[in-house]
Amino acid sequence: MKRAEVIDLVEGLTLREAFNRTLSELADEDPRVVMLDADNATATTEGVFAAAHPERFLQMGAAEQNMVGVAAGLATMGFVPFVTSYACFQVFRAHDQVRVLLAQTGLPVRLVGQSAGILTGLTGKTHQSIDDVATMRAMPGMTVVAPGDEHETRAVLRWSLEFSGPVYIRLARGSAPLLFDSSYTFESPSAIVVREGRDPAILSTGLQTSRVLAALPGLVAGGLDPVVVHIPTLKPLDEESIVEVARRAGRVVTVEDHTVLGGLGGAVAEVLSARHPVLLHRIGIDDRYAESAGHDELVERYGISPAAVARSILSWASATVGLAPAVS
Amino acid sequence: MTALSATDEVRLRELARRVRVEVVRAVYRGGGGHLGASLSAAELLVALYFTELRIRPDDPQWDGRDRFVLSKGHAALGLYATQALRGYFPIEEMASFGQLDSRFQGHPDMTRLPSLDISSGALGVGFSAAVGMALGSRLRGSSERTWTMLGDGECQEGEVWEAAFIAGRYRLDNLVAIVDLNGYQVTGWPGRTAGTQVPPWPLRALGRQWAASGWSVIAVDGHDVAAVVSAFERARAVRDRPAVIIARTLKGQGVSFMRGVHSRAITAAELGQALEELGEAS
Repeated sequence: MKRAEVIDLVEGLTLREAFNRTLSELADEDPRVVMLDADNATATTEGVFAAAHPERFLQMGAAEQNMVGVAAGLATMGFVPFVTSYACFQVFRAHDQVRVLLAQTGLPVRLVGQSAGILTGLTGKTHQSIDDVATMRAMPGMTVVAPGDEHETRAVLRWSLEFSGPVYIRLARGSAPLLFDSSYTFESPSAIVVREGRDPAILSTGLQTSRVLAALPGLVAGGLDPVVVHIPTLKPLDEESIVEVARRAGRVVTVEDHTVLGGLGGAVAEVLSARHPVLLHRIGIDDRYAESAGHDELVERYGISPAAVARSILSWASATVGLAPAVS
Repeated sequence: MTALSATDEVRLRELARRVRVEVVRAVYRGGGGHLGASLSAAELLVALYFTELRIRPDDPQWDGRDRFVLSKGHAALGLYATQALRGYFPIEEMASFGQLDSRFQGHPDMTRLPSLDISSGALGVGFSAAVGMALGSRLRGSSERTWTMLGDGECQEGEVWEAAFIAGRYRLDNLVAIVDLNGYQVTGWPGRTAGTQVPPWPLRALGRQWAASGWSVIAVDGHDVAAVVSAFERARAVRDRPAVIIARTLKGQGVSFMRGVHSRAITAAELGQALEELGEAS
């Protein structure tokens, strides 16, 4: 298992900025790269790509279903299309197109879902996607990746140029502290230890990993010494690493900016229940839609802020003392 | 404009007849299938594959080929029969339709059959992919054209108008859509007389809808091969905008008891009658 211990949480580029800068660079190198936008670009976001490569920035209007279909057609002509819009509209509005034209054909289209999770500005539940991972993970042939910082976003995009099938890249919004440095390379599947420890094992994904790391002082003060593992690939899952870390820690927690049904928690439950059953605590959005509010308020209310994560883990850890096998 | 010679016209008619025969046989053997839409599109498909498309049946993935997307994927049997007659694969292989491991799926599956430029079947999705292909040719500066066929019922899908709008916006004059206006859909809307249906789209209304999306509109009798071939030539000559050919056809054309039928199985007796009507000794 890869290790990359995070010492300090230093602010990096937002994932959206990282996406746009990187894709612009990749387009310099690779003529196959095109971007399709469903009327979400601004001058400072996808506009960066549009300004550098106007002929390969394809405005598709507010029409996500057709946008995914056009991308599939472009892929058959040898292009590597990066489709971008709000995650919710790509996954849900264009679900049938994704299923029939991408998952069922294997065409190498990259769906770059922006503002995934509950942090979407003040837009509310229509624009939040808390159920996208569960949905996309269920599709045969689909790869689902949630990068945790700018370096991982960059590495995922670069990796995707040579990957043969469709990929859903889930980009969360908001501040994005650095987990890795510029030497980071991505592989699928993968799991990366970002903090060594003993018990419990905390598995997280996307930007939520930085909120788990921010919860560490509280957890340590509460007497825990957790190992924290960042899981960028939600499908395929790095099963070997997850089983190994569960075996070592004895108890497992999953934390995600997504419903607790069918996302990282669900995927980990599927693997561990079959291969190494342990106590599992799934933290995420309960089985409900959220609302429009400030980001700090939302993560607190819906249980994924550093403080809320720390409270939830400490309370569960003390309730399950003695129920888990002793750590060897 | 080059007129179709009398010999070619006879040949295309005969090919369309053979497509119908193969479709009826495949549905009989397979125990069911979408007959009506394949029967209405027979002349359109053979005219495309035998007079219009620049293709290499012995090299189906040749990068310079014209693309064809059967967006009304339920006419798959008609497409398979046409491609078989054009030399992509032996017509005998169609006997596998309806069996496990067949390359001939109920709706076109590009992962099984290299002569298919995209998978389709969910209505509307193929058309969007065709727009992507035409856009791709323009982006890479290559001269292949993209043709696609939609059903009239299919034109009720919202995605069709999303795609039509974008093709119009980008003025994709390397793209031609054919609407097989066969006048029926599965349930449809009841007409004034009991047992009749109102067509999915009246011709004029549908034409106005395409024109409003920035398309050049051509109407044609879809069973008149000479008229179809000349409509193709006119569509190909359109500059600065995409062209749509609205082809008036009859669902189930060629087999009297299949008029308006979307899909069903046929009995041995019906097979005999259908082949007789199609001038084929059973």
